[in-house]
Amino acid sequence: MPTAPMLIQAQSVSREYRLGETVIRAVDAVSLSVEKGEFVGLLGSSGSGKSTLLSMMAGLDRPTSGAIRVRERNLAELEADELARYRRETVGMVFQSFNLLPRMTLEENVELPLRLAEVDRHDRESRVSEALERVGLGLRRRHRPSELSGGEQQRGALARALVNHPAILFADEPTGNLDSVNGEQILLLLREIQDSLGMTIIMVTHERPLAEKFANRIALLSDGRLVSDGVPR
Amino acid sequence: MKARDLSELAARNLREAVLRNSLTTLGVSVGVASLVAMLSLGVGLQTLASQRLSRSGLFDAVFVTSQRNFRGPGPRRPPPPDSAPKDSRPLDEDARQQLSKLSSVTEVYPQIRFITDVRYAGKSETTSVLGLSDSSRSSGAFDGMTGAYFSSPAANEAILQIEFAKALSDQPRSLLGKDLTLRYAERAALSKDADNDEALLDSMTGTGALGGISIVPREKTLRIVGVIESDPSAGIGGFGGARVYLPLETAEQLHVAQPDDLQASLSGNAAKPSYMALTVRVHSPKDVPQVEAAIKQLGFATFSLLDATKNLRLVFTVFDLFLGLFGSLALTVASLGIINTLMMAILERRREIGILKALGATDRDVRRLFFAEAGAMGLFGGFFGVALGWLIGSALTWGTTIYLHRQNLPGVKISYVPWWLALSAVVFAIVVSLVAGLYPAARAARLNPVDALRYE
Repeated sequence: MPTAPMLIQAQSVSREYRLGETVIRAVDAVSLSVEKGEFVGLLGSSGSGKSTLLSMMAGLDRPTSGAIRVRERNLAELEADELARYRRETVGMVFQSFNLLPRMTLEENVELPLRLAEVDRHDRESRVSEALERVGLGLRRRHRPSELSGGEQQRGALARALVNHPAILFADEPTGNLDSVNGEQILLLLREIQDSLGMTIIMVTHERPLAEKFANRIALLSDGRLVSDGVPR
Repeated sequence: MKARDLSELAARNLREAVLRNSLTTLGVSVGVASLVAMLSLGVGLQTLASQRLSRSGLFDAVFVTSQRNFRGPGPRRPPPPDSAPKDSRPLDEDARQQLSKLSSVTEVYPQIRFITDVRYAGKSETTSVLGLSDSSRSSGAFDGMTGAYFSSPAANEAILQIEFAKALSDQPRSLLGKDLTLRYAERAALSKDADNDEALLDSMTGTGALGGISIVPREKTLRIVGVIESDPSAGIGGFGGARVYLPLETAEQLHVAQPDDLQASLSGNAAKPSYMALTVRVHSPKDVPQVEAAIKQLGFATFSLLDATKNLRLVFTVFDLFLGLFGSLALTVASLGIINTLMMAILERRREIGILKALGATDRDVRRLFFAEAGAMGLFGGFFGVALGWLIGSALTWGTTIYLHRQNLPGVKISYVPWWLALSAVVFAIVVSLVAGLYPAARAARLNPVDALRYE
């Protein structure tokens, strides 16, 4: 039986920060492979290096050593513009603090990645509507983020992440600023997206029960090292 | 990102911090306004001086004399041995016609100036009379004159200089519409077939075959149409020093005896009168050297004041440079305001820059966004600045005109904003703003997205 192709391959990835004379190793020789269509939960306590690892896989940061290959391309070797293109075309991102631009309406926020990708104006409207309908915010498109609840804002951020039809969705503590009900709704939505679109999702969380409930696979980090990787119980 | 999307985002960002961006734009406007006002003053004064000098007829004219009677300005020196060639040409009607056919020449007219008696209401005054060409109407010397300029180039009319008018009447304005009488000496040529007296004259000159001249006292009645306050003196070739002015054609028709007539009579050319000097007017001062050279080729002596205009241009260029420097100081301060505003914007929008980068914006996109915002502030600041500078210049002109009117002088436009100054000021404001935005934009573009996203 042929094995599924690896979408992401992190090979002995390390990330160091220099703080004066001290060198802090946030991620220490982590190797991790993610297949297409997987929902991976990156678990770990605060400071375990899970968000740093996610940032490097999302192309926001570069490893100090090691390689991160996405579709056979090593992100560590990409030029800044190529990395920006990777973020624009291959990746969607959801953050703990939503990160919607407060000056823009919800639909303008969702449209932003399409502007950056120079998508034709006529196509944008339908794609924005499609993304907002998918997260159930079709009627709130003209509202500004400050007029939306936390759950709605996170769903809006999810619509923005999906609008460019990315191959991989990275979610960094997507439920961190939500109550349990809204948090569960967001994860249900992620799971529905994974099932319907076959999208690969990598989610950072420190809430093990949620990760075990929704992810197909749990990778546990501690002090920058990968300590376990497997199917949730 | 496409230019339209970029400009929409920039416009949105500018609108969101409307107060701060407006104040920065106002700073640019004030800088541009000071620059425009200063330079418009320089341009206005230069234009005014050029117009006045041009209208005076000094700088678009070549003064022509015969080689044999030329006396240039400055101390008289003994003529060099070959200075009076035997075959030097007389400055007669033929020469006048020939000069008028030269390229770039618009008008050729003689200087007719003579001393005469003027009679008015039983008074008799001796004074100097000058014929004025019709082009003198637009010289500016007669602006603000009481009465009017001559109704036609051959009208039997006169304009009096105020001091002379006062000599004729205690109320000079009351002279308008009144008649005065000139008593002058008319020159008439004598032919060899004339009466016995003329034959006697022939025998006295020893030529026999050539005519002489007769001097006949004549009178001419002229209507006073204007009284001019100032002495419209214009130096060589102008009409300075005269007290009564006539239309040139009228003056020519009088055939008043001129100093050259005696010389013409002795040389046997009395029947063909020559002129003391001719004024050759050209299209523009830049035509003067070429026309002057052509006239010299024809065998006449010339004089022009072209060098003086060159010096004038140099003075105004230096003047404009200084005004521009002072104006630029304000714009330099304004550019610091732009840098400050954009640096503040980077601090405030650090997280936004992180989000844009996380969504796939390139360093170039971020840099262009900040550039667009700086450029927009420069553009609007430039437009408002030009308008403000024009208003300041207009206010200066307005104030100056009021002051001049109180001094019984005609108003002048001392500030002038030509299209090239307005356009240059807007372009300059944009360039200064873009230069001011260079560092902030580069700094924004360099931001690490992870650091920027962590920023609270």
